[in-house]
Amino acid sequence: MSARAVIDVSKLPTYAYSHRSLMWWGTLGMIAIEGTVFAIALVVYYYLRGLSLDWPIGSPPPDLLWGTVMTALLLVSGIPNQFAKKAGEAEDLRRVRIWVFVSIVFGIAALVVRIFEYPALNTHWQRNAYGSIVYALLTLHTVHLLTDFVDTVVLEILMLTGPLNGRRFVDVSENADYWWFVVLAWLPIYFTIYLVPRIFP
Amino acid sequence: MSRIDDTWADKPGLVGWLSTVDHKRIGIRFVVTTLAFFVFAGLLAAVMRVQLARPDNHVVGPDTYNQLFSVHGSMMMFLFAVPVMEAIALYLVPLMVGTRNVAFPRLNAYSYWLLLFGGLMLIFVFVIDSAPDAGWFNYVPLSGPEFGPGKRSDFWAQLITFTEVSGLIGAVNIITTVFKLRAPGMTLARLPLFVWAMLATAFMILFAMPSVMLASTFLITDRLVTTQFFNPAEGGDVLLWQHLFWFFGHPEVYFIFVPALGVISQILPTFARRRIVGYVAMVVALVTIAFLSFGLWVHHMFATGLPPLGMSFFTAASIMIALPTGLQIFCWIATLATGEKVRFAAPFLFIIGFFFIFIIGGLTGVMLGSSTLDSQLHDSYFVVAHLHYVLIGGAVFPLFGGFYYWFPKVTGRRLSERAGRWNFWLFFIGFNVAFFPMHILGLEGMPRRIYTYPAAAGWSGLNLLSTIGAFTVALSVLVFFVNVWRSRRAGELAPDNVWGASGLEWAAPSPPPPYNFERIPAVRSRDPLWEPGFPAAEVVGLPDIVRSTLVTRLHDAEPDHIAILPDASIWPFLAALATTIMFIWSVFTPWGLTWGAIPLTITLIGWFWPKKDETRRTCAVEVKPDAGDARVHQLREALP
Repeated sequence: MSARAVIDVSKLPTYAYSHRSLMWWGTLGMIAIEGTVFAIALVVYYYLRGLSLDWPIGSPPPDLLWGTVMTALLLVSGIPNQFAKKAGEAEDLRRVRIWVFVSIVFGIAALVVRIFEYPALNTHWQRNAYGSIVYALLTLHTVHLLTDFVDTVVLEILMLTGPLNGRRFVDVSENADYWWFVVLAWLPIYFTIYLVPRIFP
Repeated sequence: MSRIDDTWADKPGLVGWLSTVDHKRIGIRFVVTTLAFFVFAGLLAAVMRVQLARPDNHVVGPDTYNQLFSVHGSMMMFLFAVPVMEAIALYLVPLMVGTRNVAFPRLNAYSYWLLLFGGLMLIFVFVIDSAPDAGWFNYVPLSGPEFGPGKRSDFWAQLITFTEVSGLIGAVNIITTVFKLRAPGMTLARLPLFVWAMLATAFMILFAMPSVMLASTFLITDRLVTTQFFNPAEGGDVLLWQHLFWFFGHPEVYFIFVPALGVISQILPTFARRRIVGYVAMVVALVTIAFLSFGLWVHHMFATGLPPLGMSFFTAASIMIALPTGLQIFCWIATLATGEKVRFAAPFLFIIGFFFIFIIGGLTGVMLGSSTLDSQLHDSYFVVAHLHYVLIGGAVFPLFGGFYYWFPKVTGRRLSERAGRWNFWLFFIGFNVAFFPMHILGLEGMPRRIYTYPAAAGWSGLNLLSTIGAFTVALSVLVFFVNVWRSRRAGELAPDNVWGASGLEWAAPSPPPPYNFERIPAVRSRDPLWEPGFPAAEVVGLPDIVRSTLVTRLHDAEPDHIAILPDASIWPFLAALATTIMFIWSVFTPWGLTWGAIPLTITLIGWFWPKKDETRRTCAVEVKPDAGDARVHQLREALP
């Protein structure tokens, strides 16, 4: 070998948090894709609304109660979620187990509330395009609730049983970031489904 | 066998073959698979040309003909043109940026298997006479529940799901690899132009593909569970389909074309033996094209009676995209004009072919971009001619140039130059003979997608000519495959940097080992291999009992930490299989999604669940962020 200069990286960290990690960029990529799906679905809602003389078509607006409960619940779920993220980044396994568990409880609560939201829409997907898009928006969000819920449960089991290494805490942190996306994506959907037909009839 | 070879080696046998996460093995499979789809779709085109060679011909009937052009178009676009560009990127980008694998190797494998299974599904339904028949853009109401009975449109819709999930994963992989896994010193301002092109493409994919996925999902629910998205009687809208489709469909043309621009920008300076002229202008042009491509979709809908103001806007935007494209062409011409005398080897011939054909396609594009002229030419053979000039000239010619250029890197052997010249000239002449007459046929009023025409129409001679051209192209492609087959084993041995090029991929051995670079080289310019005394420094100290590579910072590419990439795994293959079952099941019943999600979830958990041995080795080399960060700062201070 020639006497070339070397960059000795042997003592560098083998994982890192936030935007330094590959996982963070992967998660952000998924969020960009799914955020675009949500955005386009919302555009479809307003596009169809613009074509119709009455809106909601042939039905009263959705009942406010369960959607509003969902909004409050999701916003509050951000608290344990953020604690889980911080515990992950502090690599405090005991606190990770607790806060991820609390997040799971919130996930279950959200899924239960969602069951009550569907009938409160006061329409059906087969009835007309309004019913179709409202169901589509709610279902798109439900799929996200459900997948992140399953993710979180698997993560908690892993945290309880192992095998663990430092990088698993990066997974905790990224899982929490993704839950934030699920929470924040709900806000424009809530506004559109529940408030738009009332504020701009 | 040294330890690094041992760590990166795949298991032998079938399990090893199904489990590999090496971006090169997957990349080769990806390219071979997309080329197989290219050949299949090309054979369908040949049948269409036989049918149209004579007036009042009855080789195939109208229903088969509808399936032929629908599967030809869908396969060429979704299973060949877009994925082949991602495929060569997934092979080349890690080598070009100086890293050992893509950022998410297992996702890469998953993405490949999905594309394969989606393509096999389409071939299967074609063979059983149940293929999509409403064109590659599958317009409602023709494809909707009322006028599209059977399962044909549903298979089309799920084909979209397969290919778009695969494509989106590829895009995330490319972006993360480019942002975080570059060799030290390869700042964004030193990225090879092909990598810039792929980065722009990946971002376009990220924001365009969701649109068509949503559209095809809405279509399938309209057909399967009676939603009303596209039913005007119940507040739905048929033009909504066209908006959603073309909001994706127009950028899609650029997913195909922009990577090809990148290929040209890699090959051309090598042959001119000088740096590219106007690097910054080239980058700006690529990014501008990416942005503008989202503002053009309505030009596919000029014949739908939209408001004139909208039409004027989209006419202007459509014609504006000629500016950044023109800028690139001028930069290339300047590079050639100021470089050394060019040797007309096969890769360069295809680039020259691109110039001729693409410029004609670009000019007819400017014509069609004008909404007034478009109303006349819409749905005529003029459009068929235009799109083939743009797509084959703009993408397939550079792609073949790329094959000749990078083949020695992949195999260690050169493709035959003599066969390459035959390949080129047959393709170039055959292509023009096949497609130029279509301009005239279109102007004479021949509509696209008709299965036959009467002799009195006066289109017979030009159609026969076109068929002869098509078979010349087929012969040319055959020459290419024979060339590949023979050169793979018996071609002339190639040194690592066979063309004397400047990019990092040529610093790796040919073919590259599973880890690409044993020591990742540091980079100090845009053309590292043309630096005197390259490399100025090399990375040492990456742990070799795990598959490790160096992560660098986004903007300046300074060393940041070590990424431990996953070992080979069978789970991505199993997850893709489970996904396939779910997608195909849901063509027949919505419960397919529910029940199909269970095996998918199981395979994903299997995928995610850490293996004991891998965890043990990871723990053995683990350096925590707070412990290692002092070293990061120290290292940055000491960088040469």
